[in-house]
Amino acid sequence: MFIPHTDAEREAMLASIGVKDIKDLFTDVPVKHRFPKLGLPKGITEMEALAELREFSTANETAADLVSFLGAGAYQHYIPAAVDALINRGEFFSAYTPYQPEISQGTLQAIFEFQTLIANLTGMEVSNASHYDGATAAAEAGLMAYHHFRGKRPKIIISSSVNPEYREVMCSYLCGYENMKLVSVEDKADLKESPDQLSDRLDDQTALVMVQYPDFFGRINDFHKLVRKSHEIGALIAFIVNPTALGILKTPGELGADIVVGEGQPLGIPLSFGGPYLGFLATKKDFVRKISGRLVGETVDGEGRRGYVLTLTAREQHIRREKATSNICSNQGLMALAATIYMSLLGKQGMQQVADLCYQKAHYAAELINRLPGFEVLTDKPFFHEFVVKCPVDVDHINQHLLEDGFLGGLNLAKINPDLANHMLVAVTEVISKEDIEAFAEALKEASHD
Amino acid sequence: MTEPTLYELSSPGRSGVRFPKSDVPKYELPADLVRADLPFPELAEIDVVRHFTHLSAMNYSIDKGFYPLGSCTMKYNPKINEVTARLPGFAFTHPLQPLETIQGNLFLMYQLQEYLKEISGFAAISLQPAAGAQGEFTGVKIINAYHKSRGDLKRTRVLIPDSAHGTNPATCSMVGLEVVHLPSDARGNVDLVALHEICDDTVAGLMLTNPNTLGLFDENVSEVIEIVHAAGGLVYGDGANLNALLGIARPGDLGFDVMHFNLHKTFSTPHGGGGPGSGPVAVTSQLADFLPSPVVGIVEPGTEDLPPLYGFTTPTMSIGRVKTFYGQFGMLVRAYTYIRMNGSDGLRRISEFAVLNANYLLSKVRGKYTLPYNRTCMHEFVVEGVWPEVPDIHALDIAKRLMDYDFHPPTNYFPLIVHEALMIEPTETENKQTLDAFADALLKIAEEAHTDPELLKNAPHNTPVSRLDEVKAAKELVLCCWLPENE
Repeated sequence: MFIPHTDAEREAMLASIGVKDIKDLFTDVPVKHRFPKLGLPKGITEMEALAELREFSTANETAADLVSFLGAGAYQHYIPAAVDALINRGEFFSAYTPYQPEISQGTLQAIFEFQTLIANLTGMEVSNASHYDGATAAAEAGLMAYHHFRGKRPKIIISSSVNPEYREVMCSYLCGYENMKLVSVEDKADLKESPDQLSDRLDDQTALVMVQYPDFFGRINDFHKLVRKSHEIGALIAFIVNPTALGILKTPGELGADIVVGEGQPLGIPLSFGGPYLGFLATKKDFVRKISGRLVGETVDGEGRRGYVLTLTAREQHIRREKATSNICSNQGLMALAATIYMSLLGKQGMQQVADLCYQKAHYAAELINRLPGFEVLTDKPFFHEFVVKCPVDVDHINQHLLEDGFLGGLNLAKINPDLANHMLVAVTEVISKEDIEAFAEALKEASHD
Repeated sequence: MTEPTLYELSSPGRSGVRFPKSDVPKYELPADLVRADLPFPELAEIDVVRHFTHLSAMNYSIDKGFYPLGSCTMKYNPKINEVTARLPGFAFTHPLQPLETIQGNLFLMYQLQEYLKEISGFAAISLQPAAGAQGEFTGVKIINAYHKSRGDLKRTRVLIPDSAHGTNPATCSMVGLEVVHLPSDARGNVDLVALHEICDDTVAGLMLTNPNTLGLFDENVSEVIEIVHAAGGLVYGDGANLNALLGIARPGDLGFDVMHFNLHKTFSTPHGGGGPGSGPVAVTSQLADFLPSPVVGIVEPGTEDLPPLYGFTTPTMSIGRVKTFYGQFGMLVRAYTYIRMNGSDGLRRISEFAVLNANYLLSKVRGKYTLPYNRTCMHEFVVEGVWPEVPDIHALDIAKRLMDYDFHPPTNYFPLIVHEALMIEPTETENKQTLDAFADALLKIAEEAHTDPELLKNAPHNTPVSRLDEVKAAKELVLCCWLPENE
């Protein structure tokens, strides 16, 4: 199938090697364990494989058939056809990491443009070539701040309104790393914490304060005071952002962030059950040598022509080995390419328009739902794209009904914090129409009655 | 050949995509929350398509030619994978949907877990890690957590052979463990004498790549593992070179305790110009409770009329979550497709022909290039890219000159224990004619090195750009496009 050898070619090759049988090439493998019988099903043809995979895929009910109000870290946006058409070029997807710049200028220039777009979107000076996802980018930001202070400031303060999965991942990376300590106001994600409470936790042991903007619940907090106080005490502050929101929202750069990380999935990457997604990390020029992961820089070739190379590689694991601050040796190359193409297609106008549509529609949905008897939208702060609804009954119960009506309801917040029983996190993007929103509100009302 | 940047192509007022006008009443974002400017390029769809098509033409890729990168397993990426991963039922699934709506995905993941366990000989697995390096991080954290859970707190050292990938030592540092370097012996195996001396009750484990980065199957692998186990340590298997072992030997049977897979190497998911990868981690039954959460399992057994309900479980002593959601799902669909199409026999053929191709290529260049370890190799081999009579020619020059012959260079200057290393892995998907042409190019270059060394020193000559000034790049650090507004 994917092995092109004819019998005659195989025999000629064996003769050139000087052995009779392919089996003779494996004599170093202990006899007792050599050639185990694998209990896998027999191989099938491409036609049969496609049929089987199609059967699995149609066993799902997805946003392809349902109207989805589910977000909480992964969002359904419209992806222009050109994105997939371009990333599906073998010249991109079947290429290796661009370690050989003379024959990798396509990948390198695309990453360079990705870095530029992310820096401009976040209002920062530099960006790297990407991370696995938003959560691991957040963890790398923690490591970056820790190493910036050479381990002398062990404390990292994380807001309780950061996506709870990000906090889990940050703990897997950072809890127990040297003398590092992760500090939060509340153990579980909650709505009560204010930026002032984070300010109270600041001290001269703090390397980094990490907040989400808009936060996990869609709220846009005022971080001016927190940024000022963090800097006064000498700590850095990192923002976890939703890139769609930055189409219209004041940038973390304008607000004084030192590091900005986020999940790039909304930038032209399908939901795909949670991956592959795209983490991004942007910062100030002063911290560039502390960034983990790949960086692409501009240079010239022997004839003075502009070209691009991976740069500052001396920071990385293949050179520094155990002295490297991260073991990362890939980026989400193809996903970064998808995001670059998406951002180029939308451009200045499209990015603003999508953000604006998400903002309008979410507010319209919030207004309708807030009018429903027994439902209350918790909006003491401005919000973007996502909002919390207090429901009269259990959210799983409502979602079951919604599903029967063709809707994917919002996240049941009781799953992340029992104190938030009957609270639903609702997300609305540009793909949802006015009629969808009105029908959803109607379905919510009915679901709460049964 | 240079391509203007997106910003240079931009023309104010253009847009590549239109969205419907808002159909809901107007809501204003408070003015103090609105960003100043969005310095993004403005391009029509055709501008974007041409730009990226031009860029793609400046790339080397598997679809274009042979990629003999050692330890990278640049095999052909079947097109069907790209079709199955994009089926709408997969591509449109939100990760937080109710279980009953995602049974197709969960069944696929469950089956893939079973297949990978069977292929590797391990008892339990997590598909969550995003890439090989993250798989290593996960695996070493599991080893660390295992010792700590037994109150065995003094195990802080990890043994790493001198032929190991850089990720191995970097991983140990991330987990907070100390690296101890382990020498190789004259045949390229782990040095047993040194291993005996180092192994004591402070050893958390050994990270072993087998076959190693010299392309050699460790002749004493069973003994190596026994020595570490006898000292109370665990053995981590770096799965980078698993393409040599499918149906040949199962790392679990050999005694390894933990191993990561690289689905983007062994199981044909594309490298994507640097990612996404996918690095599932498999373990023995004694380590199953430490796997990252969640793991896919059966949460309600099936009945006569109903299939089982698949869902997520959290291992009791889990090291935690290493990534959001459940892994690089799109890569899992591709790997599943590949394993299903191959089946048990097909998988064994993959490794057999990968090893055949490597040994064939080796047979063609033996004598013209110095072989530091003259043994039967597995799926790859290492030669020295230097000749004493032309000391100015280095492995790098050979690598660059290969580009003029339309080949991607082999991995070079790695492993570190071979002087001027060129590490060559042909994979099973290359035919004899390609291997012959590549061997001819290597032999021709060996000749050129002696007759016309300048040809190598200035190579490549036929690429979109020539050798790039890396010192200038690092010194000036231009990391973003020039923005017209700034001038």
